[in-house]
Amino acid sequence: MPFMNAMPGAITQGIIWGIMAIGVYITFKILDVADLTVDGSFATGGAVLVVMVTSGQNLYFAMFCAFLAGCLAGLATGVFHTKFGIPAILAGILTQLSLYSINLRIQGDMANLPLSYMNYKYPITLRNVTKTLLPVDVSKDNEVLYMLTRFCNQSLLICLLVSGVLIGALYWFFGTERGHALRVTGSNLAMARANGINTDNNKIIGIVLSNGIVAMSGGILAQYQGFCDVNMGRGAIVIGLAAVIIGEVLLGKIFHNFALRLVATIVGGIVYYVVITLVLNFGMKANDLKLFTAIVVGIFLGIPYWKAQLTQKFGGKKTGIDGNGAPEEEEVVENA
Amino acid sequence: MLEVKGLYKTFNPGSVNEKKALQGIDLTLNDGDFVTVIGGNGAGKSTMLNMIAGVYPVDRGTITIDGIDVTKLSEHRRAKYIGRVFQDPRMGTAADMWLEENLAIANRRGRFRGLSWAISAKERREFREMLAKLDLGLEERLTTKVGLLSGGQRQAVTLLMAVMNDPKLLLLDEHTAALDPKTARNVLELSDRFIEENHLTALMVTHNMRDAIAHGNRLIMMNEGRIILDVSGEEKKNLTVEELLEEFSKLSGSEFANDRALLAN
Repeated sequence: MPFMNAMPGAITQGIIWGIMAIGVYITFKILDVADLTVDGSFATGGAVLVVMVTSGQNLYFAMFCAFLAGCLAGLATGVFHTKFGIPAILAGILTQLSLYSINLRIQGDMANLPLSYMNYKYPITLRNVTKTLLPVDVSKDNEVLYMLTRFCNQSLLICLLVSGVLIGALYWFFGTERGHALRVTGSNLAMARANGINTDNNKIIGIVLSNGIVAMSGGILAQYQGFCDVNMGRGAIVIGLAAVIIGEVLLGKIFHNFALRLVATIVGGIVYYVVITLVLNFGMKANDLKLFTAIVVGIFLGIPYWKAQLTQKFGGKKTGIDGNGAPEEEEVVENA
Repeated sequence: MLEVKGLYKTFNPGSVNEKKALQGIDLTLNDGDFVTVIGGNGAGKSTMLNMIAGVYPVDRGTITIDGIDVTKLSEHRRAKYIGRVFQDPRMGTAADMWLEENLAIANRRGRFRGLSWAISAKERREFREMLAKLDLGLEERLTTKVGLLSGGQRQAVTLLMAVMNDPKLLLLDEHTAALDPKTARNVLELSDRFIEENHLTALMVTHNMRDAIAHGNRLIMMNEGRIILDVSGEEKKNLTVEELLEEFSKLSGSEFANDRALLAN
């Protein structure tokens, strides 16, 4: 069962990309900004972590620095967007492009750098992803039970723990006054300003936080795979969107609480990686993966639009306020 | 309370789309004044309110609120002194946030937003009481997304948010124009009540001349970016719509052109 054998690894990678997708969730869903910085800041996180660990720094300090490096990348995009008046997408592309050079510099002009597990013994690695932590000895003959025990491996559990702590922290943050200011900035700019909220600063804070999380997950992936690569973030935004959307489609109807929505995003990341492993197992060429991902994400992004078009054509409720028409008193204003 | 001096604003200067929106507005509101603003299409009514609120930078002139020169203050800094209700009911509230979250955001207008909880239990009780006074049954819907409320309900909520924390100035920009007549009347009555109860100074743009006469203690008429008529007290109370229309054509040398105003009369 090569497919089942790959599951613990697929799920662990899914959680790591799910953590990255939480960063994407902050910009895409909360701030309503499409931030392409992540393709660069993900690799930045990996680069910072590997360079710092291999030069003898503490692993956790290196993780923190990876987070900070991502924050700086986000700051650049945020400033481009709000202070230079550049549309968010273009601002993200500018930062992402510049990060390619910066990441190469961080990596000492190397396209990739290894992070030897033998030398540094970091906790999250694909080397232990099939080693169960359970103190039971299940024989390989009982295939299902054997596989199930493999899910209790160190890498997977630590990644779960990290995502749990992250979700808890974000749940707290977005319940604070500042968190609400960020949410309202993404929901209604005019209303935010009319209520004394500096929308520029809140956008910057959101993009900074988002990229910090993305870079942190880049650091985790570098550990997991045992190297960093300047190209490791290519298409990260699309994978992030895929995880956000899959999570929403699968669990959006039952998960309304903010923390649960973030959990759904992690689940989305896992499902994405499981599906990828599945299609690879069915013989799809690895080189075609990005095309496959882009098509899937494109279709899912289109679904809400098509739905709206269909309701408009076939007797959906007419929207109220249009400046001329007077809506019925109790008519629900279709929300924007 | 509000002092506007020599306010000028031209949009797209030097282009074919140049629009001289305001051409020297002088306006002083005394404490407790409730001024209604009428005028034809493109007279500059909304622009004037937006300039006071800080949506656009001024070309020339000064705006002072309660002795504080706000001319150069950005929109969000000025918000401390100003409560606003917009024409579009969707504009004044955040659709995908809960009712209580919207109220809590308004409750912190002009204050620093830190890392304490966004809504306190005490606030929740206060919100419930305030909403009960609206008589729309909203006190039981604190955790409903505002986007699910009707246009009239949203406008009532926006009004409530605008008068929280006693703003020095309340700006109502055709806030009943998008509502059906019955709801519009309710929201207008509510505005009256809030302004009276809280002794607010208010500017209300309206397309309905009857409303403009019936509400407030003072009425100004605008045309082509200028204030052409300013009446208050007894004189205002005794005005009729016909007199206003006549006055308008006399002062501006043209017919009163406002598609909505004609329909409304």
